[in-house]
Amino acid sequence: MEQAVTRKKVAGTPRLRFPIKSPIASCQGCLHPLAGRILAEVIEELDIGGDTILVGGVGCHATIGGHLNLDVLLPGAAHGRAPDVATGVKRILGKRAILITIQGDGDAMAIGTEPLIQAAARGEKITVIMINNQVYGTTGGQLAPTTVMGHKTTTTPQGRKLEDGYPVHSAELLAKLKGVVYSARGALTSVRNFQRTKKYVKRAIQKQMDDLGFSFVEILGNCPVAWRLSPVDSIKYIEEKLIPEFPLGEFKDIKEVTN
Amino acid sequence: MEQKILARGFEAIGWGALAADCQLFAGCPTSPEDEIFTYLAQEFPKNGRHFVRASSEVSAINIAYGSTSAGGRVMVVVASAGWGLIQETMSHLVNAFLPVVVVLIQRGGPGAGSLRHAQMDYLPITRDAGQGNYRVISLAPSSVQETYDLMQLAFHLADKWRNPVIVATDTIIIRMMEPLTLKTIKLGPPLPEKDWIVKGKEHQTDGIRRFISSGQGFIPTRDFSTYLHFLKGLNEKVLRMRETEARYESYELEDAEIVLVAYGYSARVCQEALMMARAEGIKAGLMRPVTLWPFPGDVLKKKALKGAKFLTVEDGLEGLREDVMLAVEGQAEIEWVNVLDRNESGAGGAIYPGKVLEKMRKLLKGKVKVIKKGR
Repeated sequence: MEQAVTRKKVAGTPRLRFPIKSPIASCQGCLHPLAGRILAEVIEELDIGGDTILVGGVGCHATIGGHLNLDVLLPGAAHGRAPDVATGVKRILGKRAILITIQGDGDAMAIGTEPLIQAAARGEKITVIMINNQVYGTTGGQLAPTTVMGHKTTTTPQGRKLEDGYPVHSAELLAKLKGVVYSARGALTSVRNFQRTKKYVKRAIQKQMDDLGFSFVEILGNCPVAWRLSPVDSIKYIEEKLIPEFPLGEFKDIKEVTN
Repeated sequence: MEQKILARGFEAIGWGALAADCQLFAGCPTSPEDEIFTYLAQEFPKNGRHFVRASSEVSAINIAYGSTSAGGRVMVVVASAGWGLIQETMSHLVNAFLPVVVVLIQRGGPGAGSLRHAQMDYLPITRDAGQGNYRVISLAPSSVQETYDLMQLAFHLADKWRNPVIVATDTIIIRMMEPLTLKTIKLGPPLPEKDWIVKGKEHQTDGIRRFISSGQGFIPTRDFSTYLHFLKGLNEKVLRMRETEARYESYELEDAEIVLVAYGYSARVCQEALMMARAEGIKAGLMRPVTLWPFPGDVLKKKALKGAKFLTVEDGLEGLREDVMLAVEGQAEIEWVNVLDRNESGAGGAIYPGKVLEKMRKLLKGKVKVIKKGR
């Protein structure tokens, strides 16, 4: 019975979905729109659509911003700089504004480490949603800082080896910083994971609404095209290869901030 | 109400920004801009403004990008060493039609160069230093009072054109102390309300979402549907700015046979040299561009056609000279005084009026060649 209710929720269309003429600007089997859907549902449930400003990074994930009927900065300036831009907007508009950035792993964890880590360290009251799909999808599937060992990309045709370094665990890394009040990692491989991830996103945004500090959610995504896998196989790949490397769950959940 | 104080150039930057109702400063300490940084850290929070300690110049300009998107008047201050760092976002600001005031304190280059005064960033200030074709209005003050006044003008022009504006000064101007009259300047009719800013859909008067993009051209926006449509719009703006915003000050230009061209601190040196030259009976004049871009070249062209000779004075290798050459279109003899004519070889050396006078004398006798040998 409970499952039936869940299915019904998943099948509905969030009101925030922006009525644009073009179809979803993602490839077949891409999980990005699902992450966008979580965001839309959460924003609706928290009833913060009127105060939310979305800052898109540079990459496929940015299309999510185009599809949601919210005030949007897209792309939010240069590659990787979304947390800086969100900081600027938040400082001017103050507590009432809800700032959410949507970034990819290549955007947030490679070129964007400075703004991400520094905004987190400053405890900026913003929420960063990072979709980790292992590769630079927009540019054709090159190695990203998060790529798991052995994964074949266009720049590691033999698979990622030791000389290419190790994947970065963003959610755990950020959890170490004092300015971060919430850090979690979710996946979208099943209805259960979808609901868990949605809960994480909701909690992260709630932390910002409570004016506590920086919140971060990493979502394991896919890129069937760059991974050379069918959409269904890409889901299996996440479950078999990614989740063991990037465990799901909450890494930090601060209820109260003291100096 | 007017208030008269004794202030240094970097304080004038802060006072000017406050007079223009600047709401946010973002910056990262770099010599010689660090003095402004520490000064604003006291003054901005005291006056209810935001002061953001960014981790780098790149971060600072992107925080400014966000703040201006939300409608705040914002300023970023960089030294030459951070100037290159901000250029990517400068280009994005131009694409997204966002106003930001960038104050550049020039110091010696290239690379780490020197920590002292210089005027070596003329070309990237006046050309597009970031990716793509664009232009940015740049104002060059040459006194403490003018720094204060031009700061106010910079915020006005940035909002008027929805474009970044540069206030290009140098380490001598920001460190010298002069009388300063604090007075908010009235700058033309009030500007229209910013209806393009993001503030949350509910807070928009028409309830329609705002979409700010630095990818205009490939992402269709309310203003521009295609790439060429966007480029045409940008180009029209650049042309209109070029037509209407060129500013300069001239000194004894009417009967001048030698025209000195200089900005910033070198213009102050030239004023002294001008007096010395006139005392000797040399008919010299000075054209001081207040806007480095758009460059006020018409006045130079007119003088060139009347047979005047030109002497550019700048504390860099070359830069201003190029614009003078473009302005006179080969119609006049041009000589220059540059950083190699400083009084001493250390970083503390500067161009002195005597050197300028010496070159003027040579130029009059026709003893100098237009193209220098060697180098």
